Amino acid sequence: MEGFCCCNKKSFYSFKPRLLSLNLKISGNSKLIFALVVFLTMGFFLISTVEANEFENTLKDLGNKSRSKIKLAVKALGNMGNPAAIPVMEALKEKRLRISDNDSLIILNEAKDKGYDALTGQPVELGSLNLRKPRINNAVRRLLSTAIGKLKLFSDDPEIRLSAARDLLKRSSNNLVELIEKALKKETEDEIRNLFLLVLAKEGLNSDDKSKRLQSIKTITTLGNNDFKTILEEVLEKNEEDEFLEKDSEIRDAASNAIAKIEKRQFVKNQAANLFYGLSLGSILLLAALGLAITFGLMGVINMAHGEMLMLGAYLTFVVQNLFKEYLPGYFELYLIAAIPVSFLGSALVGIILERGIIRHLYGRPLETLLATWGISLILIQTIRLVFGAQNVEVANPSYLSGGVEVMNGIVFPYSRIAIIIFVVGVVISIWMLLQKTSLGLQVRAVTQNREMASCMGISTYKVDMYTFGLGSGVAGLGGLALSQIGNVGPELGQLYIVDSFMVVVLGGVGNIAGTVAGALSLGIFNKFLEPVAGAVLGKIIVLVLIIVVIQKRPQGLFSLKGRMVDN
Amino acid sequence: MIKQIIKLHSLKGWLFTFSLLGIAIILLPLLNIFAPENSFLHIPDYMFSLFGKYLCYALVALAIDLIWGYTGVLSLGHGVFFSLGGYAMGMYLMRSIGKEGVYKSELPDFMIFLDWKELPWYWWGFDSFIFTFFVILIMPGLFAFIFGYFAFKSRIKGVYFAIITQAMTYALMLLFFRNNTGFGGNNGLTDFKKILGYSLQEPSTKMSLYILTAIVLFIFYVVARFVVQSKFGRVLTAIRDSENRVMFSGYNTLNYKLAIWTISAFICGIAGALYVPQVGIVNPSEMQPSNSIEMAIWVAVGGRGTLSGALVGAGLVNGAKSWFTVAAPDYWLYFLGILFIVVTLFFPKGFVGIFSRLRIKRKGNQNG
Repeated sequence: MEGFCCCNKKSFYSFKPRLLSLNLKISGNSKLIFALVVFLTMGFFLISTVEANEFENTLKDLGNKSRSKIKLAVKALGNMGNPAAIPVMEALKEKRLRISDNDSLIILNEAKDKGYDALTGQPVELGSLNLRKPRINNAVRRLLSTAIGKLKLFSDDPEIRLSAARDLLKRSSNNLVELIEKALKKETEDEIRNLFLLVLAKEGLNSDDKSKRLQSIKTITTLGNNDFKTILEEVLEKNEEDEFLEKDSEIRDAASNAIAKIEKRQFVKNQAANLFYGLSLGSILLLAALGLAITFGLMGVINMAHGEMLMLGAYLTFVVQNLFKEYLPGYFELYLIAAIPVSFLGSALVGIILERGIIRHLYGRPLETLLATWGISLILIQTIRLVFGAQNVEVANPSYLSGGVEVMNGIVFPYSRIAIIIFVVGVVISIWMLLQKTSLGLQVRAVTQNREMASCMGISTYKVDMYTFGLGSGVAGLGGLALSQIGNVGPELGQLYIVDSFMVVVLGGVGNIAGTVAGALSLGIFNKFLEPVAGAVLGKIIVLVLIIVVIQKRPQGLFSLKGRMVDN
Repeated sequence: MIKQIIKLHSLKGWLFTFSLLGIAIILLPLLNIFAPENSFLHIPDYMFSLFGKYLCYALVALAIDLIWGYTGVLSLGHGVFFSLGGYAMGMYLMRSIGKEGVYKSELPDFMIFLDWKELPWYWWGFDSFIFTFFVILIMPGLFAFIFGYFAFKSRIKGVYFAIITQAMTYALMLLFFRNNTGFGGNNGLTDFKKILGYSLQEPSTKMSLYILTAIVLFIFYVVARFVVQSKFGRVLTAIRDSENRVMFSGYNTLNYKLAIWTISAFICGIAGALYVPQVGIVNPSEMQPSNSIEMAIWVAVGGRGTLSGALVGAGLVNGAKSWFTVAAPDYWLYFLGILFIVVTLFFPKGFVGIFSRLRIKRKGNQNG
């Protein structure tokens, strides 16, 4: 499973050039486009202004042969406050800046095989140029860090300030303390303020002033996350004679108190994350098991090819995605919406064909049906393998589902998973409505309860079987669509989920939606809570063993209807 | 007792069975030794490993036929019993490598790789063949007994039972895949050198294992035939046809089902133990749920509830598998899938069923 992802890489290169006083917000992580836009606008509108000329000249000084000139230029750029200097300075710091014979600055990409002109933004042919490396040393690099930090901390774009604050937190910043304090005074956004406070607290911990240290620990207690645990633990370290390195007991107490608070907070966070990811897993299991439970309850047959309906749904989503890419690139983002009916109907159609062609003929022989449907699943898997290849195919998230919402510091709930949970709720409600409020649903329930009697009352049971099987397969197809958004899509996709979805059905009892919902969610959440304690594999084994134990007490499932039936 | 056994088959039947055994353990080895190298009668050495493998599969099919064909309980977990027997044998073979492994250590290679310093307790005793022998006889059966006791006691049957056994298989496969479980993880146990001091690379060892497997199969065939034709076996068939009526007639079906389930697992474990030295490896993929389902189809193809059908089915399906994986690997799964469907739809009595139908038809023609 994908973990907690953090994607602030994008925001790094997007900001409002203050000099241009234009609200130019450039998104996307392509430096090239960014630089192109910034510098072309500069070239057209502002080349004649004195300020721009001064900036440009100072920028050019970064490539000067004299190290002291470079130092002066770095300091000046830091004071000018023009964020356009950031990429150049970063390139210089990371040894990606080159100077050509006619003194223009060239920024190389990370692989150092392509480059562009820092001023014009035009790509340049590297082979034809005689490039010189600027001479920098650690002193210059320190100055550069300060200047870059300064530019970022005072940027007008809160996203840049945020990412700068996060960067500061990761490394030592003792030479920037004054700067940060200044920035803190100006800062209006709470999130960034908190980060600044933490950065200062981290530095303040090393100060000689006791009250300052206590204050720092206090800040960390209220705002700090797990990363601060090691720092606090250092305070509590002992030497070889078992004496505390830290002599002041007040500070030690404060630190251990802070650790306890942080741990408690982290525990709550972890539980929240477990709950969310458990719900997410449960909702996927639910989509996989829902159709299975309906068909199993109705016809008493186990459809081993049910997992392959998931796989078909995922591959249909893949096909729709490719069709959009090919024919409607302008509406590409909408492919997922279009894929919903396609994956439902496609899987439903295959399900109906199977029911008509094979399963109907095995009525009353559930074990044979199990084997025959297993055979079907083998054929489906191999067909997909021959058509699409044995490798996983790539289904891209549309932009509105990529990324996530950070609910707490360090815990991100991806949009795709949130969307799936909402989607599943929608599907469950529609199926419930279908079963409870329509005449087809009434017939389905009648046949589930007593096939012969329903048939006597004039319900055409074979039609009900067909529609229900189509419905179950279609829902599985929707499950495949959901899965394609968070996992790999490959021919064996269905096999991964089939055992789990059987477990849901066994746990929830057949033929009732409430049982399936409860079974799926409890299985998903239980799995996720067990995982950190027992490890993924052992957790799964424990769950399976527990289900076998549960079945001892409730052989017909946890939520089955009570009855005194003799089945034969 | 002996009289009863003799009565199991007609004279023709016994002659047929013994001639098959004779071909397997006398004629084929003789052809290997005495037929000239390039004549079409010559059986090359490698064939005996293959035949031995098939015979092990046939033994598994026999076990499944007892529980499924005669008692009507479909198990999707026989791969586990097979693997448990196989792992027990594999552990003995690992121990008998001694210091000839890659790391020249007393411990099996994978433990060195995991940086383990001493043998885990559950590996104790596997240096001795006698100990291993008893583990092979007891472990799979014991495990099946415990599992079956709980499952049958709560009256899990039909597809529920199939699903639960599949879940068990899946859980055990995951368990054995873990490196820390101590059975070689993903790679399983392999690189065997010797069994009882004889090199496993020697054709004569392979031949002996093959002959041993054939004899074991013969013995268990007779045992199974005896079981199904005894009163016990009649009750099993009755359970298959209507468990409730058997219960209402005063039989405790739990005991009957549990007994045949345990016997079936016991046979399966022995098959696994014979299989591992002949193929030279045992790993958790033997426990894949798909393997266990494939085992069920051997019986279905041959014909359920006939015993002989199970043996024929195992041979046919695995023969086809060997041919397909060489000639048309892409189409093997198609073939297998279609086999599953066609057999269940059109030939519920399997291969043997087709024959008996033909025979009845011919008789009918003669009479009419």
